Amino acid sequence: MTDPTKKPTPAGLQLDNVEIFQGPRKLLGMHAIIGPGEILTLMGASGSGKSTLISAIAGFLPRSFSCTGNILLNGQSITSLPAEKRRVGVLFQDPLLFPHFSVLQNILFALPPGGKMAERCDKARSLLHDISMGEFADRDPDTLSGGQKARVALARVIASRPNALLLDEPFSKLDADLRDSMRQLVSAEVTRRKIPTLLVTHDKADAIAIDGPVLTL
Amino acid sequence: MNAKSSPLAIVPALVLALLLIPIGVATLSLLGTALDWKGGWWSHSLEPLQSASGSFEAVLNTPGFWTSAGLSYWIGILTALISLTIVMLFIATFLSSGWFVWIWGIMKPVLAVPHAVAAFGLLFLIAPSGFLIRLVSPELSGFERPPDWLVVNDPAGLSLALGLILKEIPFLFFVTMAALPQTDFRRTRIAASMGYGRIWSWFLSVFPGVYLQIRLPVFAVIAFASSTIDVALILGPVAPPTLSVRILHWMNDPDLSMRTTAAAGAIIQVAITLLAVLTWWAGEYLVLNLGRMAALRGWRFKRDKFLRFLSSLLMATSVLVVSVGLVLLALWSFAGVWRFPDALPRVWTLRSWSAEASNLWATGVRATIIALGAATLSLALVLASLENEYRSNRRATRLAWWTIYVPLLVPQIAFVGGLSVLFIRFSIDGTLWAVILVHMIFTYPYIYLTLSDPWNTFDTRYLSVARSLGKSMNRAFWTIRLPILLRPVLAAFALGFAVSIAQYLPTLLIGAGRQPTLTTEAIALASGGNRRVIGTYALVQTLLPLIVFALANLVPKLLWANRAGLQVRSVE
Repeated sequence: MTDPTKKPTPAGLQLDNVEIFQGPRKLLGMHAIIGPGEILTLMGASGSGKSTLISAIAGFLPRSFSCTGNILLNGQSITSLPAEKRRVGVLFQDPLLFPHFSVLQNILFALPPGGKMAERCDKARSLLHDISMGEFADRDPDTLSGGQKARVALARVIASRPNALLLDEPFSKLDADLRDSMRQLVSAEVTRRKIPTLLVTHDKADAIAIDGPVLTL
Repeated sequence: MNAKSSPLAIVPALVLALLLIPIGVATLSLLGTALDWKGGWWSHSLEPLQSASGSFEAVLNTPGFWTSAGLSYWIGILTALISLTIVMLFIATFLSSGWFVWIWGIMKPVLAVPHAVAAFGLLFLIAPSGFLIRLVSPELSGFERPPDWLVVNDPAGLSLALGLILKEIPFLFFVTMAALPQTDFRRTRIAASMGYGRIWSWFLSVFPGVYLQIRLPVFAVIAFASSTIDVALILGPVAPPTLSVRILHWMNDPDLSMRTTAAAGAIIQVAITLLAVLTWWAGEYLVLNLGRMAALRGWRFKRDKFLRFLSSLLMATSVLVVSVGLVLLALWSFAGVWRFPDALPRVWTLRSWSAEASNLWATGVRATIIALGAATLSLALVLASLENEYRSNRRATRLAWWTIYVPLLVPQIAFVGGLSVLFIRFSIDGTLWAVILVHMIFTYPYIYLTLSDPWNTFDTRYLSVARSLGKSMNRAFWTIRLPILLRPVLAAFALGFAVSIAQYLPTLLIGAGRQPTLTTEAIALASGGNRRVIGTYALVQTLLPLIVFALANLVPKLLWANRAGLQVRSVE
């Protein structure tokens, strides 16, 4: 883990004395820098406010909570930006593929706007190909298996070219044998694309498999 | 966050204006007219009264006033009691069986049948010259001509209550279905495993929670039944009629001084409806204590087989009566010669249809325009309200629920009657947009009540995903939430359309007779008793909402044919 006392580096996701309150009660505080391609694992029991931290960073903190401190992404403060301008991708426990779109349309929805439709489709297909889902492009997401859905959800968030990625227990609902291959896939994608990543989990096996710095709440 | 300056923030104010300003206007109009306050819009074109309290005295001194008032009170309570009992017993009997979903599928279209149509169907079925007596005549009954029985328009209002019950059953069924998912009905199994009877288990473990949620709709049933106009004009007693019908006569009296009597009558109507609701309230307390006493004594009530059988029978009968009624309306519309003891017409003809074609078309088109306008505008307002609740992270409060129910809890004759005074004063009555606006007061609550549940159970993490993918709140609304919720949105629209098509009093009073629709025409025909013509209007009046319901069902199915995640899944 990068030493938080060092001078702030411009690259990566920086949580500068971030504290989250529920009413007057302090839920958690965090001070950390996550470098490009680095995965910081945050361990905590359920109810410790892990998911709330993710909401705060992604920009959809419920009104009953408040957040102090500063969140910086590549040196720029995103603390007061609305969620859609933060360029912070989130993977939830559930894949949450849009049920009214096909697999390909889910990816197209995520791609940043611009370019001809044919080019966009090519881009989306190659992203699906990267996760070996190329032949499922025109499928109804509801007909995919749990593992396939999880991979499409990963491809979708990658397609939006996020500057940081937040993982909210994304492996907890997968079968044990799928879990490991999904961890490797996520870890490989994140490293390859140099995306600073925060993983929150209550499962020690996640922390061990990801093999990065670990913080415990 | 930074959604504070959103234009959606004015939506609650708009809704309050739509629902509460008319109430204020109606109250002022009625009080002002009845008590002869000077200088308001209500005092325009009124003869000065002899004394301020004269109007109430005039109402109370009308011959048969107490009978009329008593009828309204009694019909309100009777209708609510019987329909609620049937629905509750039925759901208690069938909740855990697969039948349930199937039966609900049959009930839903009945919801779209306008009150007046169900009433006409019942009339054609049970009247002395109706289908039932024809079936047994002359062979079994020996009747060569219709017997002189007071089966309909009976002085106790029983046929009126029956006609109302036919439509309140699907309504209460519908609101109960919406309340059920929030209750854990595995509790009945615990009670059943202790040896409690099936119905009694439901009554002890699930009913209290469900009832709390459907209490306002039940009050709405009491209010509606105690003050209905259209059904009372078809099935209600005539000498004297119910109070609300008398008020309508006073309102339409060419003698303008009768308007003060009408206003006083409308205020008394509100009091009677309130009294009926208060009586019900006392009844609730009684049932609560009796139930608690029986439960604490451990009474099991195991032998409920007969009750279960009865509940199924009554429920099936109610659906059957409405369906047969519709068939009879269709038969009459195509009937040529159909003399009394014949069960079926001897000659079939299109003459009724061709004779009425141009007026059917004109009133049908107008009804459709009004209903499309009222349902579309209300739907837009409901969507804005719900989206505003989501964005400001606030749910409708208890007070807001009462506000939404206000138009359904205040007797229409008082509400719309009072409102029309203002419309007449400023000569905006009789216009199409005035009718649409007043219909919206009634379509908005129904659309809101239908849509709020699916809207709020939607997994908002989909929206979080969309926003973290760089889409704005508005984009997420249009491209994610609305398409995924297309089915409930269209279903709510269809219900709003049906509600508007069925509106009688607002169309009549605010339209000032210049905006006739299928419903006002059909009821105007009721007194004439021409069954063939009534059949044509009632049939078209039913077909319009049914078509919209069918489309609302079909469009999402076709659009999302290849999307398994959006298909209806069985309730179990």
